[in-house]
Amino acid sequence: MSMTKPIATTRSATGIPTGKLAVWWVIGSEIVIFGGLLASYIMHRIGHPEWAEYASHTNTWFGGANTFVLLTSSLFAVLAHYAAEHGDGKKAAKWLLATCAGGATFASIKAVEWSIEISHGYTITANGFWSFYYTAAGIHALHVIAGCIIMLIIARQAWKGEELHRVELIGIYWHFVDIVWIFLFPLLYIAK
Amino acid sequence: MAEAGTAVETHGAHGAHDHGHHEQSFLSKYIFSTDHKIIGLQYMFTGIVMALIGGYMSYAFRMQLAFPGESVPGYGVVSQGEYNSLVTNHGTIMIFWVAMPVLIAAFGNFLIPLMIGADDMVFPRINRLSYQIFLISAIILIASFFVPGGGFGGAWTAYPPLSANAEYNLTPLGSTLWLVAVALEFVAFLLGGINFITTLMNSRAPGMKMHDIPMVLWMIVIASVLFMASVGPLIAGAVMLFMDQVVGTGYFDPNRGGDPILWQHLFWFFGHPEVYVVLLPAMGIVADIITTFSRKKLFNYKLILYTAFATGIISFFVWAHHQFVAGIDPRMANVFTITTLIISIPIAEMLFLYIATLYGGRIRLATPMLWALSFIAEFLIGGITGIFLGASGSDIYFHDTYFVLAHFHYTFFPIAIIGFFAGITYWFPKMFGRMLNERLGKIHFWGTIISFNFIFIPLFVLGTAGQHRRIYNFQNFPDLAGLQDLRVLATTALLVMLAFQAVFLFNFVVSMFKGKPAGKNPWQSNTLEWTADSPPPHGNWPEGLPNCYRGPYEYSVPGREEDYWPQDVPPDTAPAE
Repeated sequence: MSMTKPIATTRSATGIPTGKLAVWWVIGSEIVIFGGLLASYIMHRIGHPEWAEYASHTNTWFGGANTFVLLTSSLFAVLAHYAAEHGDGKKAAKWLLATCAGGATFASIKAVEWSIEISHGYTITANGFWSFYYTAAGIHALHVIAGCIIMLIIARQAWKGEELHRVELIGIYWHFVDIVWIFLFPLLYIAK
Repeated sequence: MAEAGTAVETHGAHGAHDHGHHEQSFLSKYIFSTDHKIIGLQYMFTGIVMALIGGYMSYAFRMQLAFPGESVPGYGVVSQGEYNSLVTNHGTIMIFWVAMPVLIAAFGNFLIPLMIGADDMVFPRINRLSYQIFLISAIILIASFFVPGGGFGGAWTAYPPLSANAEYNLTPLGSTLWLVAVALEFVAFLLGGINFITTLMNSRAPGMKMHDIPMVLWMIVIASVLFMASVGPLIAGAVMLFMDQVVGTGYFDPNRGGDPILWQHLFWFFGHPEVYVVLLPAMGIVADIITTFSRKKLFNYKLILYTAFATGIISFFVWAHHQFVAGIDPRMANVFTITTLIISIPIAEMLFLYIATLYGGRIRLATPMLWALSFIAEFLIGGITGIFLGASGSDIYFHDTYFVLAHFHYTFFPIAIIGFFAGITYWFPKMFGRMLNERLGKIHFWGTIISFNFIFIPLFVLGTAGQHRRIYNFQNFPDLAGLQDLRVLATTALLVMLAFQAVFLFNFVVSMFKGKPAGKNPWQSNTLEWTADSPPPHGNWPEGLPNCYRGPYEYSVPGREEDYWPQDVPPDTAPAE
């Protein structure tokens, strides 16, 4: 277990920390995944005018509330980064927990919203629109949950004052998850 | 998180660091290792095993085509359903579980840290995770053959509605397992690719500038970027297809408002760049070999690099040439015909630059060089026959015939098989510290290359005669039944080729343990991996990591006694460089 860290992991020929580079590449590959999914949705939407009618059954208030929650949690992620930059691991950990709470609120609102919709018969197999609705928002929700889990691990480290640079990395990822929702909200809720 | 131990930042200086001075158990050294060399070899051996499985499949279905209905020795009678499963998984395995792991993951993992003068990848544990996910995906794919209904039989392109609906494909479990295995394989290569890219960007030896990077590494990293940028839509598509299969959605079901052509777009938006994802590393391997064995500088390094970039970018605009007969708009077919013909320009240019590298060189025809030269010759045939298929007019006739099949085997065989043999014969001394037997290597080379051409030239002829790709028994078609001799010829040549692989395996295993000791630099090559011990110990250069002073291809430099000039040798006279 007491392996020495390879020198390769500490080099930085570009001047950008390796972890940050990797996060950006992860986001790059995620953009293509969501891009493929959303492009498929948009093409279907253009080809099926009747989907506007299906979309009118989505609840913009739930979507709007979730947008607000997620954007606010992104502010907390920025505050966590600010604290970490100033070397205050405990404060950074607290803000990360607040961010996580935002993620949890988002997921809870989503759960209530979906329960209501499913009980009204709008299931994933109802028609093409609802298939995309659950698939796209579901994959996004998985990203929210995964982000929360990673954030808890990083908050634990930050509390002990370790690996403070990771606070920024999870922040970058969290903003990305946020931005995906900024695309999903108008596409799935507002366009009716 | 066991990473708590903080390393002293030496920033590329020759700080003493004590790697590998502690005894490791077999498990932690070879199975759960985070050492990039071991992970590279794990990928390579897994790839070789999968290649043997894929080769066995081709043996079974080629025997069925040559001798329809007869029992195949070592397999038994090939039923219709089994035939479909065999051709489908032969294609899937050879591309996703042979070409990718061997060319990108095996050589990438083994070579990137060694060639840039680093002691490991930047994310050693993510690297290990990547291999483990890859191994699980391979196991799932093989397991899919043993579930009720058998392995997926809807062709490696998995077009819906055939792939989406168990009523049509009759392999309810096999098709889902196939999809899960492919998706996991993509995850493994995304993780590996991020590691490759960041390692090359950040962990180069002090002094190694952009244009000092060996071409093979550039190619592997460009391929990783291409893979990352193209696979996303197919991952999304795989999720949608999975939902169609398992949950009962109708993304690709026209009866329920879905669109089967959408899958074709998502698949080929990835599928065509994928050709270049595997082609570029093979081109890179060939570049490094031809410079070493013609003792010349790589002709116009920068131009080769830029053509590789150009190929990568153009490869995103050619995908619909796979769909000329799928009912796409003829105006779109025109556009894709033009882009497809354009992409042959950078690739042809690259081949010309390689030939220019050979011109006037002092060529040594060692086994790796033979493979590299045959790559150029054989890939050329694959490239030229591609023009017929890229042009929408002629493609309407050739589509889904054996002409297509022979064409892409003339590209993928040079890429995956010749590229692998070129690379393995060249870097074997570094991997295992011993030389391969040259005589056996040449017997294997000639046996493989000649029999390869005897397999696929007859298939070109059959294709131009109109023989369709996906047919179980041609005896049922009076117009095609008369061409049986050509099918028997192709199958016989396949048997010969498979037999010659025994020579390679024998050479490989015996040389690994009993070969002539190689020394550090048996080929008098310049790149940094040849300055480490063979095989390199854990940490690669325990005495301190090398610096880089010049480009990788400084061969036959006038005024120097030796005809090579390793990258780590400091300049003799300060201003002369």
